[in-house]
Amino acid sequence: MAFINYLIHLAILIGIYSILTVSLNLAVGFTGLLNMGHVGFFGIGAYTSALLSLAGFPIWLSILCGGLLAMISGLLLALPTTRLKGDYLALATLGFTFIMGSVARNWTDVTRGALGIPGIPKIVKGNPEFLVIVLIIAAITYFVFWKISKSRFGKTCEAIRDDELAAKMLGKDTFKHKIAALGISAFFAGIGGALFAHYITFIDPSIFGIGDLILLFSMLIVGGLASVKGSAIGTIILFLLPEPLRFIGFPSSILGPMREIIFALILLLILIYRPKGFFGRVDLA
Amino acid sequence: MISVQKLDKHFGGVYAVHNCTFTVKENTITSIIGPNGAGKTTLFNLICGISKPDGGKIFLRGTEITGLPTHQIARLGISRTFQQAKLFRNMSVKDNLLIAKTASDSEIKEVLKSVHFPLDMNTKASELSYGQMRLVEIARALLKPHKLLMLDEPTAGVNPKVRQELKEILFDLKKKGHTILLIEHDMEFVMSISDDVIVMTQGAVLTRGTPKQVQADKRVLEAYLGK
Repeated sequence: MAFINYLIHLAILIGIYSILTVSLNLAVGFTGLLNMGHVGFFGIGAYTSALLSLAGFPIWLSILCGGLLAMISGLLLALPTTRLKGDYLALATLGFTFIMGSVARNWTDVTRGALGIPGIPKIVKGNPEFLVIVLIIAAITYFVFWKISKSRFGKTCEAIRDDELAAKMLGKDTFKHKIAALGISAFFAGIGGALFAHYITFIDPSIFGIGDLILLFSMLIVGGLASVKGSAIGTIILFLLPEPLRFIGFPSSILGPMREIIFALILLLILIYRPKGFFGRVDLA
Repeated sequence: MISVQKLDKHFGGVYAVHNCTFTVKENTITSIIGPNGAGKTTLFNLICGISKPDGGKIFLRGTEITGLPTHQIARLGISRTFQQAKLFRNMSVKDNLLIAKTASDSEIKEVLKSVHFPLDMNTKASELSYGQMRLVEIARALLKPHKLLMLDEPTAGVNPKVRQELKEILFDLKKKGHTILLIEHDMEFVMSISDDVIVMTQGAVLTRGTPKQVQADKRVLEAYLGK
């Protein structure tokens, strides 16, 4: 029974993280925006939903508000930053994630700072039921982004990624497309964050940590850029691959670093031998 | 078709385009020639909204387009190719064209045929030779609804066969009623296809006229070779 619970726990986390990876791919893989603010949107969704539900709002409304506030943040972040390119955009959006972490740590009246927010209500009592909810939302997310990838909007985003000036010369308002891509991407990250908060029932400022950002980008790169399927499979691979370590009996002081080593090794091998990831359509170069 | 009036653009103290004035008539092929650094590509960038002018005005069929964003100018009817072919390299030839306009497969095949593109439309753009990229870029510019087609050095880096094909393509387009403005360094190409030639030097229009008139103008030779 404990093993089944463990598998359900794993599946729930895979479901939540696949929402994050698939949505990150719209900005990074499809539109070519090196967005490091995704964890910031994830945290905003988590905090918003946690605080609203604890204030008595219905949980589903809180989750939706988490997504919407993350989307608004995404749109506001996009306004000044999408005029930047490559490394500069990455630095500016990474700064956003750090600022959000700082707000969570210091706005103690609302967030309780480093103490975090405990007792966040669960959506449903049992984990199997929650797994069903997460899988449904993950499936909806997958479907939405698959439709986007086939749509005219998605194709234009890809054109912007490959050559923004050429896209402009074909009459495309690239600025609006980039803002929309970041906004949609942030909405789903916020929903993912909200689900995470209601599953773990406790959040603190470490939710804005860079570790999760690296994990998300690793999943994206392993699965492949500009592939919705790749994002989902990359998430599964990176979640499952280090799991056998748990059963070898290493002490936890070794287990954590070993997971990091495995992630780094996988990334290195992918970058050398499969620069497009498993299902990617875009060369990382 | 297009009217450029007293256009100015300077970078620091250097004028890239200075007091530049000319018009392009409907259904003609007009070539802009001039030595390197004459301001030809800067002029193209000003017309397309890629750079903002410091002075002067640009009109497209009577509508002022000076300083508008590039995508708006494109929507008003300017199609353009670049000195270096700018294709969406991770997309197929077909998808490259579909960004320009929603079109059926037969429309895409037709426009690719009109530029003598020899391969399948599902070929990935990154797999094309440079000459083929040029052809796809021209096809894409043609497919986008336009009033004026601007080509920046269409023969640069292509082999003599493709160059000859380009000549035929441009003649065909003119017959179909297109208005073309191009920058070109290949004088034989320019003189054989142009109705009108504009010679630029140091950011300004030195002279303009038919190919014969321009060839007979001593100032043109001086601009290229010096006095």
